[in-house]
Amino acid sequence: MALLEVRDVIVRFGGVTAVAGVSFAVEERQICGLIGPNGAGKTTLFNVISGIYKPTEGEVRFAGQGTTGLPRHRMAPLGLGRTFQNLALFRSMTVRENVLAGAHAQGAAGFLANALRLPVARREEAAAEDHARSLLSLLDLESVAEVPVAALPFGTQKRVEMARALIGRPKLLLLDEPAGGLNHGEVDGLATLLRDIRRNFELSILLVEHHMNLVMRVSDKVVALDFGKKIADGTPDEVRADPEVIRAYLGAEAEPAHAA
Amino acid sequence: MSENLVLPLSTASARPATSAWQRLAFVLAGVALAVLPLFLLESFHLFQLTMAVIMALAVLGLNIVSGYNGQISLGHGAFFAVGAYVTAILMSHLDWSFWATLAPSAAICGLVGYGVGFPALRLGGLYLALTTFSLAVAVPQILKHKAIEDWTGGVQGLFITKPEPPTWLPLAITADQWMYLVTVGIAAACFLLAWNLIRGRIGRALMATRDHPTAAEAMGMDTATLKTRAFATSAMITGIAGSLSAVAVEFVAPDSFTFGVSITLFVGMVVGGVASILGSLFGGLFVLFVPNIAEAISKAAPGVIYGIILIAFLFILPDGFAGLLRRIAAKLRGR
Repeated sequence: MALLEVRDVIVRFGGVTAVAGVSFAVEERQICGLIGPNGAGKTTLFNVISGIYKPTEGEVRFAGQGTTGLPRHRMAPLGLGRTFQNLALFRSMTVRENVLAGAHAQGAAGFLANALRLPVARREEAAAEDHARSLLSLLDLESVAEVPVAALPFGTQKRVEMARALIGRPKLLLLDEPAGGLNHGEVDGLATLLRDIRRNFELSILLVEHHMNLVMRVSDKVVALDFGKKIADGTPDEVRADPEVIRAYLGAEAEPAHAA
Repeated sequence: MSENLVLPLSTASARPATSAWQRLAFVLAGVALAVLPLFLLESFHLFQLTMAVIMALAVLGLNIVSGYNGQISLGHGAFFAVGAYVTAILMSHLDWSFWATLAPSAAICGLVGYGVGFPALRLGGLYLALTTFSLAVAVPQILKHKAIEDWTGGVQGLFITKPEPPTWLPLAITADQWMYLVTVGIAAACFLLAWNLIRGRIGRALMATRDHPTAAEAMGMDTATLKTRAFATSAMITGIAGSLSAVAVEFVAPDSFTFGVSITLFVGMVVGGVASILGSLFGGLFVLFVPNIAEAISKAAPGVIYGIILIAFLFILPDGFAGLLRRIAAKLRGR
């Protein structure tokens, strides 16, 4: 059974249909790219999967469980980690504190246990700190660990978001345009990082991305959307060659007549 | 429709590691500093210092919900009043000892705070500020109300007495000195608990909820529960401060708990440092002593002088005393 199953999801905002019946699946340890021109419904679909929107119709199943209508804070404990398109870090906190905040769902000690520093709170804190240390080192953030995140360059902040998502031990990592705003060299680094992450953390990745080169390089599977509908679904090579995809990206010009 | 009111935070808590010896030294220095006034100050000034510590504790409570959790309350004077009245009523009507009233006072204030926390979930920023403000305005009138006059003493209020110093103490001390020690002890315990709370999992979740609620939820933080519990915790601490003030002053009356108390606490939080534990202590000292200084400068218009001092402070220290301390610490570390 697939790790993530999206079944016939429809999302309407008033009269506008943003997603018009999309189904696809992401398998364990698969990197799946979700592509499409602007306004294709990628971000809406992403928000449905991450639990921010409730679909008008259809359902999302994650790890064998229906997640449609589940409160937003219940997604992380199920093993769904995410990053945001336009950085959503906790601005006043340091890099280390941001990463530790990502471990929230791993702990259970509440107000009283923390105020009294009960053994359960101490144990959790020590475990989270160890884990944070290893992720800071993996993502090359050790030197800035005690710096407030707001003071860091964009590319570094993106890595902080990644570390914050990974510390939650996700089974599926949802990445919303991770390459946005990165320069050429940084995108290369990101491609390597994504493959390393998949290998080291044994997780699946769903990647919503404009950067076609990156998607085609790292994905095992690509799903293409246009006007809220799925127009292609397959390996990067299959999707790249799909006439529907070419039409969506390049306009209606790629007629076979011209080629012949 | 959360209209966001942004406070100048003084967080970004880079915490240099401290050794066990350093910590012990800090604790001993703190104890010495806290006990010293017993020998240096006579009754009236010791009483003022006691009140300053009480205000600091109340500001600490406000800082939990408004500073760390970003829910702006202009009504914390209400919790201060409830705490004071619970203690005064239990002591005067039921002859409870002061110590026995602390738990019920904290519990009742916590419950009231929890209750206020629910509408707060729907009201962001300015709306919440105004709603809590109306609570602060309502409380003195409720306290005067005929229906509960038998308990609250109405406009006249209630008289109680300070706890007597226990006989087992090696030194003979006055009731004022004992009151000071009791206040410092309870406040120190609350500050320690708050410090533990803030530096751990829950503290990070409170700040995360303030900084970016959507991301906080994506991290698995139940922001609604966090917010209501933050309100309850905050009200509890401010309520305990209210209990202490009732016995320190030996009198409660509705006119001691006008909305001015709420504003005073808010000023204390901003001057001390928003989202700063230590800043709350400075905030308490400021709101108690600066009005006196203002009065010493001009008997005719102390309010004007207070205003000028306040503006000067905010101008020179936009992120409060806590921000100043942090800058000094950074200088000393050579950054």
